[in-house]
Amino acid sequence: MSVNWRNIGLFALMAVLILGTGMLQSWNLALTIVNMGLVSAIMALGVNMQWGYAGLFNVGVMGFIGLGGLAVVITSVPPVGEAWQAGGLQVIFALLVGIGVILGGVQIYKRMAPGRMRTLALIAFLVAGFFIYRALFDPAVDSIEAVNPASTGFLGGLGLPVVLAWPMGGLLAAAAAWAIGKTALGLRSDYLAIATLGISEIVIAMLKNEEWLGRGVKNVVGLPRPVPYEIDLQQSESFVTWAQNWGFDPVTMSSVVVKLGYAGFFVVVLLILIWMSEMALKSPWGRMMRAIRDNEVAAEAMGKDVTRRHLQVFIIGSAVVGLGGAMMTTLDGQLTPASYQPLRYTFLVWVMVIVGGSGNNWGAVLGGFLIWFCWVQVEPLGGVLMETITSGMPDGDLKDHLLDSAAHMRLLTMGLIMLLVLRFSPRGLIPEK
Amino acid sequence: MIDVLNAIVAFLNFVFIPAAAYGSQLALGALGVTLIYGILRFSNFAHGDTMSFGTMVVILFTWAFQSWGISLGPLPVALLALPLGIVITALMVLASDKVVYSYYRRVKAKPIVLVMASIGVMFVLNGVVRLIIGPSDQRFADGERFIINAREFKEWSGLAEGLALKTTQGITVVTAAIVVAILFWFLNRTRTGKSMRAYSDNEDLALLSGINPERVVMITWIIVAALATIAGTLYGLDKVFKPFTYFQLLLPIFAAAIVGGLGSPLGAIAGGFVIAFSEVMVTYAWKKVVTYLVPENLEPSGLLQLLSTDYKFAVSFAILVIVLLFRPTGLFRGKSV
Repeated sequence: MSVNWRNIGLFALMAVLILGTGMLQSWNLALTIVNMGLVSAIMALGVNMQWGYAGLFNVGVMGFIGLGGLAVVITSVPPVGEAWQAGGLQVIFALLVGIGVILGGVQIYKRMAPGRMRTLALIAFLVAGFFIYRALFDPAVDSIEAVNPASTGFLGGLGLPVVLAWPMGGLLAAAAAWAIGKTALGLRSDYLAIATLGISEIVIAMLKNEEWLGRGVKNVVGLPRPVPYEIDLQQSESFVTWAQNWGFDPVTMSSVVVKLGYAGFFVVVLLILIWMSEMALKSPWGRMMRAIRDNEVAAEAMGKDVTRRHLQVFIIGSAVVGLGGAMMTTLDGQLTPASYQPLRYTFLVWVMVIVGGSGNNWGAVLGGFLIWFCWVQVEPLGGVLMETITSGMPDGDLKDHLLDSAAHMRLLTMGLIMLLVLRFSPRGLIPEK
Repeated sequence: MIDVLNAIVAFLNFVFIPAAAYGSQLALGALGVTLIYGILRFSNFAHGDTMSFGTMVVILFTWAFQSWGISLGPLPVALLALPLGIVITALMVLASDKVVYSYYRRVKAKPIVLVMASIGVMFVLNGVVRLIIGPSDQRFADGERFIINAREFKEWSGLAEGLALKTTQGITVVTAAIVVAILFWFLNRTRTGKSMRAYSDNEDLALLSGINPERVVMITWIIVAALATIAGTLYGLDKVFKPFTYFQLLLPIFAAAIVGGLGSPLGAIAGGFVIAFSEVMVTYAWKKVVTYLVPENLEPSGLLQLLSTDYKFAVSFAILVIVLLFRPTGLFRGKSV
């Protein structure tokens, strides 16, 4: 295989941008960008699997990221014993009843002969089931949320190591993707887009409102982390002497070391994922996927089950996004459902995939880094730009307004980048081979 | 007997009137989506932000008129600003078509590429709106607040329940009815309208019969801009203008268009009302209405609310899923699948 100097050059350029940030602004900022860039790269990889390999248009990225975040809470937070006693088992029982009602409905639909009787029976069963479910569920939730609402008021999690939450996030996202894919795949491509848009809004609404599960808008803070705390490092004798020996300020150094720790974890995950997806893309499975994407009719004529393959890759891609979401929440150390915005999560990841190069794993990684870098840096740049524009203006409302709105330059810039790439370089920075 | 009347009034006041107004707004929005889908053949994700752009222009003109002391008496000044808003929004969407979409039509790109381009446009519009008017709430309704005031209704009828009809709700329904009537007259009776429908039904045949596609596309965009501006302004008058809410309206609007059958204008209207009524009815706490209807000892203890209002998206979504599962072409057999 010939060495592709162009791609290496692009990654080198990215490295220069980050190193430049480190030298000109601060190493802390540079590492923050790197860490979030790694997470973004993983999310972009997931979306790239769906779009680049199979041509599936998923606009519910935010929902899968949110499910990943939830997985961190339910896996790693220590369980709240009191809340479990108050109604934990009853909530789980109610949820099982709810699932049973849905399965029962499916059975009625399948077993009974089509006709008015079936419709009536189905509606009666579902309505009755819904009220039974609510009668079991509501009191349990009330009693859980009543347990010490200021600090807990939720069930907590399993108290497992936080790294286990990452595959857990993938599993949760995969389950959601299965449900959504079952309904919307096999229909028009736009329908999947609308359906995923819907499920992501619902997931976020659930995160915000189901306080028994993840404390809702009261947020879960202080999530366990896989790396030591800065404050512990600063108090550790050996760390301080080590930092001073090298001539660094121990406080800055502690946060740099912590961020490097995260980066280490993330790089490992990213490398594994890239290796796996490169292997998958080269295998017969990958060729089949691309064949289906390029010509569904022909692939179907060759005996490939298009809908089933689509469902498969949709689930895998969503699981990767969920994994990325769990990693992001771990990095933040808190779950804040109110901060999930579709423009920031869903559509920004899309810009990453398009700009990087759809269908190419390395492209998605580069896109993740580059777009995240732009997203962070456009705001200060926009501020500088606005100040230059307004410097000649007299003081007044207009000037203040322009200065205040510099923060919104981000969306505009992202939209422009996306439109320009789509128009002039639709194959992205690193095109598919 | 009085109890039944009270129950009916409570139902009208809390369910029927809000749902009818919301349904009209959704129907207008869904008409825009469905027209784009029928003529240009892609799902326009920028529609919510086109609505918010149009509303923003209307708000700016409203403020200008208000500062000049212009008033429409009982009606909101925004109605006067509406035509200006439509003109500017139409220019904006025509420019976006020229700069963005026309290229993809020329190279005959896949519909999904157009959808992506519309996401780019959505970003840009979102940024522009936030740059100009900011991300916070804006109220711009003025004039008389109520057509029927709850207190006066109680005094007049002697019932325990009040019935309120906001001016904005009245205006919404009336405007929507007028707009829909004009639109259907245009589509069914005029030469241009017929050429649009022909183009939507069968592009090749329409081209063969000498219909100018660029003209059809241009007129579609102008109509869509008008519909989006009107829908957005009515929604903003009735509730409040906030750019992010308009983006979120995308989901119920698409649900309405799909439920009715993408590409079918009649379906879009029906879909809008189906979505709006189910959303309001599922998230309304029925305790009040039921209390009037059942004997005293059977009074419900809970609120009788099926889902909390935070889950209103779940309602449009559930209806969408049901339609996708059982009737993917929608109620009115739109083009799709």
